[in-house]
Amino acid sequence: MVEIRDVRKRFGALIALDGLSLAIKPGEITSIVGPNAAGKSTLLKCMLGLIHPDAGEILIDGSVVNGGWRYRKKIGYVPQTPRFPEAFCAKELLAFLTDLRGLEPRNESRLIELFGLESTMNRPLHYLSGGTRQKISLVIAAMFDPEILLMDEPTVGLDPLSSRRQKQWLREERARGKTIIVASHLMAELEELADRVIFLLDGRVYFDGPPARALATTGERTLEATIAKMMEDRQPCTAC
Amino acid sequence: MHSMLTVLRFNLHELARNRWLGAYALFFGAIGWALFYFGAAPDQAAASVLDLVVFLVPLVSLTVGVLCFYSARDYADLLLTQPISRRTVFAGQYLAAALSLAVPFAVGLGVPFLWYGSHERAMETLLLLLLAGLMLTLICVALAFLISVGTENRLGALGGALVVWLFFVVIYDGLLLVLIMAFPNYQLGRPLAGLVLLNPFDLARIVILLRLDIAALMGYTGAIFQQFFGATRGLVIALTALSLWTVLPILLGAIAYARRDF
Repeated sequence: MVEIRDVRKRFGALIALDGLSLAIKPGEITSIVGPNAAGKSTLLKCMLGLIHPDAGEILIDGSVVNGGWRYRKKIGYVPQTPRFPEAFCAKELLAFLTDLRGLEPRNESRLIELFGLESTMNRPLHYLSGGTRQKISLVIAAMFDPEILLMDEPTVGLDPLSSRRQKQWLREERARGKTIIVASHLMAELEELADRVIFLLDGRVYFDGPPARALATTGERTLEATIAKMMEDRQPCTAC
Repeated sequence: MHSMLTVLRFNLHELARNRWLGAYALFFGAIGWALFYFGAAPDQAAASVLDLVVFLVPLVSLTVGVLCFYSARDYADLLLTQPISRRTVFAGQYLAAALSLAVPFAVGLGVPFLWYGSHERAMETLLLLLLAGLMLTLICVALAFLISVGTENRLGALGGALVVWLFFVVIYDGLLLVLIMAFPNYQLGRPLAGLVLLNPFDLARIVILLRLDIAALMGYTGAIFQQFFGATRGLVIALTALSLWTVLPILLGAIAYARRDF
């Protein structure tokens, strides 16, 4: 269970998170959507401790995690733009992370096979395409079988087959009771996957509920059209 | 400790691909070899290398320190989202940057001294130069990391590093000269010895100069410095000041790194 209580973050004049409160349950895929600079990535980074909130609390399984680091063993993270050290090949990088955590990876082989990465594991990471780096990032996030997966635009750069396999794998992880939080602006992708949609605008929650309710609220046919309409109206959803 | 050593190995692996580390060792090796080849005695060779050590080692350490920090910054997400503390990440990155400069310097300078001057006096001179160079490396990489943590981009940090280098190499000495000119009727030897503690570059240079035969050329101030830094107590104070110049920027840098947003 991830709880966010009245979290605020400001970058100069820009209010990224404006008293945000959420509770995210395990066994669900929660998608965080919103326009650019809505606070999606900031929220994920606050959960990871990469960004320090100005105020508020973040709790993982009931414990406040602000400023700590041990809780991150429960979390796997897929960044928006994966960046790796240039001197490493994927195999060396995974070995380094295994050594760092002092744990045997549980999902590594399966994920390498799932994304067809066997032939690229010994190639230097800086030679790999954006899509392949994204797949390596997915392997890194999930190799220790974390309870919580935080994913920032996880399908960007993936080919259709890999994208489909990733979605199938996420459904399996959901069935295993994982907490999966996906920030994205690709609404069609999320419509297929998400159990719950959180629409952020100006650092605040404008809609929070199942995708079907979002469609019903606005009368639109697709999630993309629904979110676009909410952005045009810029009115908080009173039914949420 | 295991995490810090793993992060250190990780960063060293990344830095080892840089060819400038070899070039840095070759540079000092070539200088040392040339001095001995053309007939310099160990003390003369040391005096010639000293200025290079005092000017070049800080300049290279400050700029490379900034570049190492920002190179690691590019993939900071990868490390900072692992279950390790920021202090561990910072320490591992700092030690990797410092080692990647200190080892080529020690090898480059050490080989010609060991090759040509294996007698006791040459070894003592070599050890002094190595100590000064290594201390300056640790200090300047620490200052580079502190500057980098406090700036938002590589260029700004490089500019800051160059300003720090200029300050200690040129501006600080200029300010001391102004002080001496402003008080012509006062004997400023002792206050100057105290003020030198605030400039690690001068401090390293003076501590070594006083150990060489040419120290007698430094006149009255040299005699005061000899009296202060030549004694065991003064040497301990100098080494303590150099250690503080290393530890304080690391501590401040680690605190700022822990508070920074990524």
